[in-house]
Amino acid sequence: MTFAYLIPLFPLAAFLVILFGGKRLGHKSAWVAVAGSASAAILSTWVIVQVIRGATFHHEFTWLVLGQTRFTFGLLVDPLTAMMLFVVTYVGTMIFIYSIGYMHEDPRFSRFFAYLSLFMFSMLGLTIANHYLQLYIFWELVGLCSYLLISFWFEKESAANAGRKAFITTRVGDIGLFIGLMLLFYATGTLQFRDFTHEFVASKGHEAGWILTLSCVLIFAGACGKSAQFPLHVWLPDAMEGPTPVSALIHAATMVAAGVYLIARSFPIFSHFPDAMTVVAVIGTITACMAAFIALTANDIKKVLAYSTISQLGYMMAALGLGGFSAGTFHLMTHAFFKALLFLGAGSVIHGTHSQDIREMGGLFGKMKVTAVTFLVASLAISGVPPLSGFFSKDEILLAAYESGQPVFFYALLVTAFLTAFYMFRLYALTFFGKPRTHLHAHESPAVMTVPLSVLAVFSALIGIPGSPWMHHWFQTFIHGGHAEEIHAVPFVVQCSIGAGLGGIMLALLLYLVFPKVPGFIAAVFKPLYLVSSNKFWMDELYQAAILKPAWALGRLLFRFDQTVVDGVVNQAAVQTVNLSGVKRWIDEKIVDGAVNATGAVTQWASGILRKIQTGLIQNYLLLLVLGFLLAIIVQIL
Amino acid sequence: MLPLLSSLIFVPVAAMVAVMLTPKGETQRVRLIATAACAVVFLVSAWVFFRYDGVAGGMQFVESISWIPQINVRYYLGVDGISVPMIFITGLLSLLACVASFGIQERVKEYFALYLLLVAGMLGTFVALDLFLFYVFWEIVLVPMYFLIGVWGGPRKEYAAIKFFIYTLAGSLFMLLGILALYFASDPHTFNILELTGGKGFGLLFQKVIFLALFLGFAIKVPIWPFHTWLPDAHVEAPTPISVILAGVLLKMGTYGFLRISYPILPEAARWFGIYLAVLAAIGIVYGGFVALAQTDFKKMVAYSSVSHMGFVILGLAVFSYSGFDGALLQMFNHGTITGGLFLLVGVLYDRAHTRDLNSFGGLGARIPVYAGMLTVFSLASLGLPGLSGFVSEFLCLLGAFPVYRWITILSCAGIILGASYLLYMIQRVLLGPLNPKWKEMEEINGRELFTLIPLLVLIIFLGIFPQTILNLFGPTTHALVDSLGGLAR
Repeated sequence: MTFAYLIPLFPLAAFLVILFGGKRLGHKSAWVAVAGSASAAILSTWVIVQVIRGATFHHEFTWLVLGQTRFTFGLLVDPLTAMMLFVVTYVGTMIFIYSIGYMHEDPRFSRFFAYLSLFMFSMLGLTIANHYLQLYIFWELVGLCSYLLISFWFEKESAANAGRKAFITTRVGDIGLFIGLMLLFYATGTLQFRDFTHEFVASKGHEAGWILTLSCVLIFAGACGKSAQFPLHVWLPDAMEGPTPVSALIHAATMVAAGVYLIARSFPIFSHFPDAMTVVAVIGTITACMAAFIALTANDIKKVLAYSTISQLGYMMAALGLGGFSAGTFHLMTHAFFKALLFLGAGSVIHGTHSQDIREMGGLFGKMKVTAVTFLVASLAISGVPPLSGFFSKDEILLAAYESGQPVFFYALLVTAFLTAFYMFRLYALTFFGKPRTHLHAHESPAVMTVPLSVLAVFSALIGIPGSPWMHHWFQTFIHGGHAEEIHAVPFVVQCSIGAGLGGIMLALLLYLVFPKVPGFIAAVFKPLYLVSSNKFWMDELYQAAILKPAWALGRLLFRFDQTVVDGVVNQAAVQTVNLSGVKRWIDEKIVDGAVNATGAVTQWASGILRKIQTGLIQNYLLLLVLGFLLAIIVQIL
Repeated sequence: MLPLLSSLIFVPVAAMVAVMLTPKGETQRVRLIATAACAVVFLVSAWVFFRYDGVAGGMQFVESISWIPQINVRYYLGVDGISVPMIFITGLLSLLACVASFGIQERVKEYFALYLLLVAGMLGTFVALDLFLFYVFWEIVLVPMYFLIGVWGGPRKEYAAIKFFIYTLAGSLFMLLGILALYFASDPHTFNILELTGGKGFGLLFQKVIFLALFLGFAIKVPIWPFHTWLPDAHVEAPTPISVILAGVLLKMGTYGFLRISYPILPEAARWFGIYLAVLAAIGIVYGGFVALAQTDFKKMVAYSSVSHMGFVILGLAVFSYSGFDGALLQMFNHGTITGGLFLLVGVLYDRAHTRDLNSFGGLGARIPVYAGMLTVFSLASLGLPGLSGFVSEFLCLLGAFPVYRWITILSCAGIILGASYLLYMIQRVLLGPLNPKWKEMEEINGRELFTLIPLLVLIIFLGIFPQTILNLFGPTTHALVDSLGGLAR
């Protein structure tokens, strides 16, 4: 079964082929990419069937040895991985096909498919990893692909900025993940998924409980970055600068779900530390509410969907934090399909109208029938209208919240469900219903785009069934590895869930179709709330003022410090050495040399005196001789 | 047996003589001689690299001849797992930088003569096992470097060259005092590094004083914060190939000194100074990152990033654990390939634009996509993207340091975020955004330039995916060193 390794290698091969042969291939490179992705999907299907029949694959090889420590990488395919493989390869392939139409006229067409293939490889590598370090490696690689694809149209300054922002913001979380993994490693001595059995974690929890709690929180920080959870969510709305298929694949369906996947994968550890679980639940719930609230006032069709994604990811996190393992993973799967469909539908609208502002649209239903109908399916699914997929998964999450015994989570998530339905149908009404508000020449997209839409629409509608009571919650049993999970439907929860969804839809249609003046009125009355929403809680401004500007200022300050103080000391040392040599020179010239010169001068002076008596006249010498002689005699006598 | 290690030193010296004897004006022949010599050196270094028996460990390819018997100085060469990767990277970068030097147009003969002397000095430093010999090679490196910066450098070359020379010389003076003290303290007096190793019974105070003296010599070379300010000046002024050598090889001479001399000979002092090294390392990592963020000069930014990245080496060296030392040595190697490549890429751009001001570029990604791809991959390696070699070594350094110096390590992790910030900001200013019309005629990277980059790229990718291949080579040596030092942690 080790040939499951091949699953990520198909897209990798496609990437390499396009990278080196893209010029020659031209528009054919798209088909290379589709072939890579489709092959991965076919192979995945085979693997998934085996897993459903009860097989689990595990295989490993040694990557790094440090004395006693070994890092062994490899392959792990269990139900959770199988679910991810299904989502990534199926949604991915649909989006690859769709991109052929969407990117048709782009000058860097083949480059786009190279990046997509690289992303596919990394994402599949992430899902089949059996080791935290291996996961981390692919985790960073998907981040790289996200960066490359967000700033794909890099001539636009805003796209370049958005890519950088995404990479660095998620990297902040990744550092948390990195430190968390180091803590985990030193507390338990392993980073291999399979080693973290319930017994193992329980025994380690006795020895190093708070360290493991901290480690969990830090791992969650990484998930916050990737899955755009509060307070690291700020990069995802900006990431909409990328081409729309990228938004669908990476920033809605797959990569951003990697954070949720990480927590689900770490569930055997997390579930032992209630404090860490609470952190996950609280952050998830905050994110879900906050993002839904912001989505209410967004006017860019992709921004609405971006905040919706953040909100839904918060939903999944909250489910996991509240112990709803199957609920969170189930919603991950359903969301991937309907959110990918929403984004691709939005892409179709953008393709057809060359606009992203929903205020400029209206009345597109008649002009873009396939897009409108499929978009409607997805909108109903995300709003939680039975029997579409979103209903079942959302219902599971609300049930988990209800049974957690803390009503605050339940009601917060219920309100979010209501808001979700509301903003989705606000978007839908403004875009597809009513009369055209501006002269947009809308046209339906080509079949290469609408066929993937239709396929995804079928999935969005039906993918909830395996987790529904009609199939006796088959999905939940499967994802738990065959252990049947007791699920008691609570009628109150179901009623609330349906009520919130339908209520939101009704209200939105009422406000935006029947009484189109009212929303403006409401915004004026609740101005502060409106401003909070439309300014996104001023998070970007806050980061700009509190983190980015100070960091830049610190950089410049340290640079000046470096030049004036650190280097100043060096230069001063040099200058002082030169000065010191000046002093030495003075001493040399004036004192040492002076002494030598003085000796000479005294000698000269003395010789000058002595010269006076050296007259050259013999009589003077005789005189001196006689006087000297006399002097000697006198001295003798005395 | 062939004196392979001697050939590493004397082939370039012979080539230097040949270059000097070449008639004036025959630049083509000069280049040919120099490149041929560097190619031979590279092949020999590669041979040593692949033939070194990593499992057996210990000193191999040993050559030993009495040189100055009166004071017991020997011409004593040999390599172990620590020097082998350094020799390989030196051989490789010498060849690549030699090819990159074809752009030099003035005084070609003198340039290559000095360059070959530099190569001989560097390799000598990495193979010498006698302190006296080591010191001789260490100083030999300085002189050609001084001229190469001072003659062929940029506008402020005199200042940069003299600063580099005096600063390093001041450091090596202390080192010389340390070496002499070791000589006189040993009984019988010896300069032999292996004989001085371990149980010489030096007192702790003596060890500390000598460690400090050697530290000054090595720290300036690395450079460890706050002894780093010569580096940005030297890099900015030096011609491209010399920057490559400076970053790729010269800086490693400092950290190599720790591994070869300070640690084995002064183990107790080394452990005592560990925490201070770790603190300086963390400061260097974060400080270098912040300052790199503020740069507008492309080369200066890379220079400050070197300060940050060499900090990881020091951090790994400060912990006396397997992963720490392995990480440090691997980081020394990887920094050579990655930063060497980045300097080459800066040079490519500078040759075309004659400016290094990051704000004057923009949008080049559309105009010169191959160059853009290269710059992006090397930058990603530098910022520690997994799958590329820089990640593995930084990971090992941090993993090793974490259990010993928890908070210092966490602080150092900030350097990773900073690395992403300044490198991506650089990429954005150079490659992304609208194309600056000034560069709409800019030429794509040419074959010769690609030739200098692709070997480095291959190493970066290969070691990112299969790090164990090189760890097998030096692991036994570093692990033996850790064991002999006693270690601070597992």
